[in-house]
Amino acid sequence: MSLSVPTAAVDPFADKPSVLEVDGLVKHFPITQGIVFQRKVGAVKAVDGVSFNLREGETLGIVGESGCGKSTLAKLLMRLEEPDAGTVKFRGEDFLSVKGDELRRLRRKIQIIFQDPYTSLNPRMSVGDIIAEPFKLHPEEKPRQGIRNRVKELLDLVGLNPEHINRYPHQFSGGQRQRIGIARGLALNPDVIICDEPVSALDVSVQAQVMNLLDDLQKEFGLSYIFIAHDLSVVRHISDRVGVMYLGKLAELGTQDEIYTGPAHPYTQALLSAVPLPDPTLRGAREQIVLQGDPPNPANPPSGCRFRTRCWKATEICATQEPELISRGQIAQLAACHHAQQNEKIIPAHS
Amino acid sequence: MSQSIPPIPPEDVRSATEAEDAKLASAQRSYSQGQLVRRRFFAHKPAVVSMAALIFIILLSITSIGFSGQGTGWWSKSFLATGLTVDGGVPTMFRDGFLGEHPFGQDSIGRDYFAMVMRGTQQSLLVALGVALSSTVLGVLVGALAGYFRGWIEAVLMRITDVVIVVPLLALAAVFGAYAQGLPGGTLTLALFIGLATWTGTARLVRAEILSLREKEYVSAAIAMGAHPARIILKHMLPNSIGVIVVNATFAIAAAILLETTLSYLGFGVQAPETSLGALIQNNQNAFTTRPWLFWFPGLFIIAIALSVNFIGDGLRDAIDPRQKRTGSARPGWRTAFGLLGQATAEERSGKQVTELSGGPTQMQPPAGMTDHGPDLGYDPTDEKRDS
Repeated sequence: MSLSVPTAAVDPFADKPSVLEVDGLVKHFPITQGIVFQRKVGAVKAVDGVSFNLREGETLGIVGESGCGKSTLAKLLMRLEEPDAGTVKFRGEDFLSVKGDELRRLRRKIQIIFQDPYTSLNPRMSVGDIIAEPFKLHPEEKPRQGIRNRVKELLDLVGLNPEHINRYPHQFSGGQRQRIGIARGLALNPDVIICDEPVSALDVSVQAQVMNLLDDLQKEFGLSYIFIAHDLSVVRHISDRVGVMYLGKLAELGTQDEIYTGPAHPYTQALLSAVPLPDPTLRGAREQIVLQGDPPNPANPPSGCRFRTRCWKATEICATQEPELISRGQIAQLAACHHAQQNEKIIPAHS
Repeated sequence: MSQSIPPIPPEDVRSATEAEDAKLASAQRSYSQGQLVRRRFFAHKPAVVSMAALIFIILLSITSIGFSGQGTGWWSKSFLATGLTVDGGVPTMFRDGFLGEHPFGQDSIGRDYFAMVMRGTQQSLLVALGVALSSTVLGVLVGALAGYFRGWIEAVLMRITDVVIVVPLLALAAVFGAYAQGLPGGTLTLALFIGLATWTGTARLVRAEILSLREKEYVSAAIAMGAHPARIILKHMLPNSIGVIVVNATFAIAAAILLETTLSYLGFGVQAPETSLGALIQNNQNAFTTRPWLFWFPGLFIIAIALSVNFIGDGLRDAIDPRQKRTGSARPGWRTAFGLLGQATAEERSGKQVTELSGGPTQMQPPAGMTDHGPDLGYDPTDEKRDS
């Protein structure tokens, strides 16, 4: 892990090609009224213009509070929901417009690991059938050594006993089930794995195991991850770069180090200052920012900057002009704030 | 936050996994879903008794007169052949030996009533199975398509369902029954047509089930892997709603027997010279005061079939429900159910902790190896939240 890397470290993925380029992704869920004749009375702006790129072998963490659009973003990237605008390019190919066989071919390369290991595995299928399903759906990827042998290899790879191939999901614990889900995701040798809160349903000790497994698999197969979570320390542990989401938009995007040691967006600062400190001697040594109020209704977000209603730095310009996600002044990372400024006081002394 | 979660060396991961494996292996038996369902079903005593009764009735009706009804079984008389009415057609069962010449008596034109009831039972069961088959297939198809695709497909299918529900079932079934009489295939055709009037309940139940399964992440996972809708419905959704479907089908069987009885009674069902239990009752309703056995024997068989199928459905519903964890020993026997056995004794027999009502403080010790939810199934529901 790059915990001890100094702030000015060079981005190790700077020269790697992008595997996934996301540009201006928008998803609005319509709010309708009426029973027979439904008319649209508004829209929940779940994802409202998100852009980033994911490079080969990199882990991009996405953090944000509940309802900020993290999971919708994951669904859009998997094409489980169709976006209203924007593009997603996988190695230069437009992922959103492909259909039929092309789509099936690209789907092989992007896989997902779900949050809840209790509902992500079909209770009526044995573990062997669950992990073999990708091969059944993509017969051209059929492994040379036979499906069953490959499934056993995958079970071994994720740290499960290959002899348990005939067991059913209900006979496994949460952590083991999540490993089964990971094995299923790995089956087709994907390039990108989207992890939609893969550890938030697990105990802390099991979280560490699953994250280390993901880490090992990344090193072994050169996978790229989009790692969605609401736990800041989990994201810090695994991510190379981190994006902070607020109300359907990215508030800040930078390397793990930039975000965690020098956050520039007030929302990121507030989030980080709310993380409990394990070291009791450091308590009180930093400034704690307590935000007032709740996140605004995503069906009716504030004009200009979406965070301005809860921001202590808000001025006239914040209400009229929407801040772009750009690099500002001395700050290396991208921040969507007119008043972006690093605040050292919220970071404990020896981070 | 000075440090993130400390990395755990991979060896530890492996050993923790091995610990879990050891725990799984130490549980001597592990059951698949199907085995669990079977065990729970056979622990349901009314269902098992009913199944035995139903099998007995089926075997009796088929072996006695043969399926052709032309005396190919061990009962030589045909349900069609008329003859002399002996002794006013009184049943000879237990009078002239065990069965006698006409165990269920004879009707007014001297036909052997045992053969007729057996023929009626065959036909009624055929109707029941046919109705259950066609109504379940149609209902599952409509429900699954409506639930999976939503949108205008759902709107159209469910409005059609509503229309069918709004029309009185008996009127609709009578129309279909009358129409089927003009078609070849006899009783089975009639049954398949009656099914066209009774699929609506299944369709609505299956749709509701599919709607909830749609939101499961394993369905999303299958979509994300590029699975075709047909595969998702057949491999992921229907196996998980099989409980609703099977249980509904059994209840449809019971309802169909009664519906056929009603239709035959009204004259829209099975047509003479073919007969069914309902037709027998209808033909002989005037004889109720003078020769009541012509009424009672078919009635008895209807009650027996409908009751046993209902109990089997009950048992299946309990067995398939995945939230059910208990098995045989935790269920009270019939003597407990009828209050013939003291509750405490019953609990003792089922391995539960006995609550002493008298005799002061006693040591309360559950028998070794027994837990509160019956014998160990190799899976302890309380384990679910625990982890390696």
